[in-house]
Amino acid sequence: MDRRAQSRSLPTSELAECYKQMVEIRLFECVAEEAAAAGHIRGMIHSATGQEAVAVGVCRALAKSDLIASTHRNHHHALAKGVPACEAMAELLGRVTGSCGGKGGSMHIADLSVGMAGANGVVGASAVIAAGIAQALRLRRSDAVAVAFVGDGAINRGQCLEAMNYAAIYGLRLLIVCEDNGWAATTRASSVTAGPGAICRARALGLSAAEADGNDIEAVACLARHAVDNLRAGEGPAFLLFRTYRVRGHTCADPAKYRDRSEHEAFLAQDPIPRCRQTLLARGVPQAELDAIDAAAKRLMRAALDAALAAPWPQPSAGFTDVQSAGAFT
Amino acid sequence: MRMMTLVEASREALAREMARNPAIFVLGEDVRQGGIFGQYQGLFAEFGGERVVDTPIAEATMVGAGVGAAMMGLRPVIETRFSDFALSAVDEIVNQAAKMRFMSGGQTRVPLILRLPSGLRQGSAAQHSQSLEAWFCHIPGLVVAAPASPADAAGLLLTALRGEDPVLLFEAKELWQVRGEVADIDKAVPFGSAHRLRRGSDATLVVWSAAVSAGLDAAALLARHGLTIDLIDLRTLWPWDKALVLESAARTGRLIVAHESVRDGGFGAEIAATVAEALHDCLRAPVKRVAAPRIPVGYALPLESLCRVTAEQIARTVGEACGIRLVIAPRDTAPSAAMQEHRL
Repeated sequence: MDRRAQSRSLPTSELAECYKQMVEIRLFECVAEEAAAAGHIRGMIHSATGQEAVAVGVCRALAKSDLIASTHRNHHHALAKGVPACEAMAELLGRVTGSCGGKGGSMHIADLSVGMAGANGVVGASAVIAAGIAQALRLRRSDAVAVAFVGDGAINRGQCLEAMNYAAIYGLRLLIVCEDNGWAATTRASSVTAGPGAICRARALGLSAAEADGNDIEAVACLARHAVDNLRAGEGPAFLLFRTYRVRGHTCADPAKYRDRSEHEAFLAQDPIPRCRQTLLARGVPQAELDAIDAAAKRLMRAALDAALAAPWPQPSAGFTDVQSAGAFT
Repeated sequence: MRMMTLVEASREALAREMARNPAIFVLGEDVRQGGIFGQYQGLFAEFGGERVVDTPIAEATMVGAGVGAAMMGLRPVIETRFSDFALSAVDEIVNQAAKMRFMSGGQTRVPLILRLPSGLRQGSAAQHSQSLEAWFCHIPGLVVAAPASPADAAGLLLTALRGEDPVLLFEAKELWQVRGEVADIDKAVPFGSAHRLRRGSDATLVVWSAAVSAGLDAAALLARHGLTIDLIDLRTLWPWDKALVLESAARTGRLIVAHESVRDGGFGAEIAATVAEALHDCLRAPVKRVAAPRIPVGYALPLESLCRVTAEQIARTVGEACGIRLVIAPRDTAPSAAMQEHRL
């Protein structure tokens, strides 16, 4: 991919829209963590705080009919692809109003109506499933593309490497987005990853591959748009690497004491949301407008939590539906 | 009515359904060449490379991609070559295919078909001979079928191709060349419907897959000793035909289950437990199982044979349940016509 040919900036109105989405995701995660701390969320949640720019930048390049498959850390992907915050929040709380009726939870948010083909609790699974989605799209003569979000840990799973090979041999419209936050759960990814890294692996398997600063929303959005355009033009599968930072621990129960404090401090200067805000201010967007976006996002997420708390639990009978068609319990 | 081999019947059923339904496509190793057992012969020529797709030797991705394609409304038929190799895709079978419908709150279906050539065949040894159906019966969300006749191989495949569930089709490698009558190649065999192959009153013998032949021979042996049995080919293990098995066992008062897979923790145990729970007062003898010992399948014939369920073992066990010690003469053990051509 020739990155020099690309535009490196977004129109201000589009950048403001990105800002809004990133703020919404961050506030979603803040509210979700508070809800977890208050005991309203039973399961583990994996906060995407700090990684908002990757989800927003990539999903902006996608149409509603394009499909994404995601990971255990997926809230940002779900929201960026268009899953309503109230449905995602209700799913975290296990309520019937959740996107999966409370059957999936944080790690399995899915909303096929907006092209969110499912988050997955198994590292690397998104890659093989998205490869199959891409294969189906081609058999159906669809112009849509499939995107697999994976983490830096996933590139050591056979599934991820197999999926790249699979997509390359068939020339599938598959984009694998590696969201490199540097940590595979609580292990530094570089300490368990041999060779020169994910980009080289992808290229070795015949994918076009490129990287950009995952904390720079404009860089992410422009590179993703370029990659998706190429994908639609039939230039074969692609791999994008975005380095970013996981502000929280692996889960909400992980204080991440194994990380050096300096790492976090270094990130603060790179945090995609203040960076985006600074750019918008420098381009003349009034501060009051941005403050209003922040306030509206806060209200939206509070309302999402309140609505989820007020929503009913699934009936126990729901545990016996959607299992299988053929004589499920005979 | 046509006489066909199992491989011919399943191939023709698939080809006819593929012609009717463009959502069906085949992916797997060596399918363009027709599959290593000939189950896909001619399909590449008829349907082309987009619908008959040779894959890399990457089972996890074959099944994982199948999940993604099925979620998009397609119907992938995934060839694993040997069921033993599907173990490289257990995550995709158990965590993905089986659960996607439930986890999504019913937003999606995963109607994929996994074809799993299984069981003993000509010294295939420990990694190419297993019968693993019991593993998957344990997983909510999966359908498990194990046909033994050409008509059932075609009919169960059709039901799988028209249904909404992930289906694991265990196809015994030794049965590919078995011939049988196929009345209507387009006739689907519903899941959960067993087939009573012989009717009798002294005992109920439940079998499936490769054990069906041994069961038929055992029935013939027992008849020569004056015992008649209900011989039930289960055909699908999940869902399974509890009603027929319970009706039969209640009437005969004796249950024997025979299968080629390992006895301990096998699906025969589930059938035995179900019958024992429901029919304690009707049983006239303890439930018995005839199955492989818990050892890997050895290569040398005397070792492989340890894992083979034979008509003599079954007949002897049925005899014991009936309180009769059978003396089986060597001439009785010669393969019957049923082994070669069982007319089901």
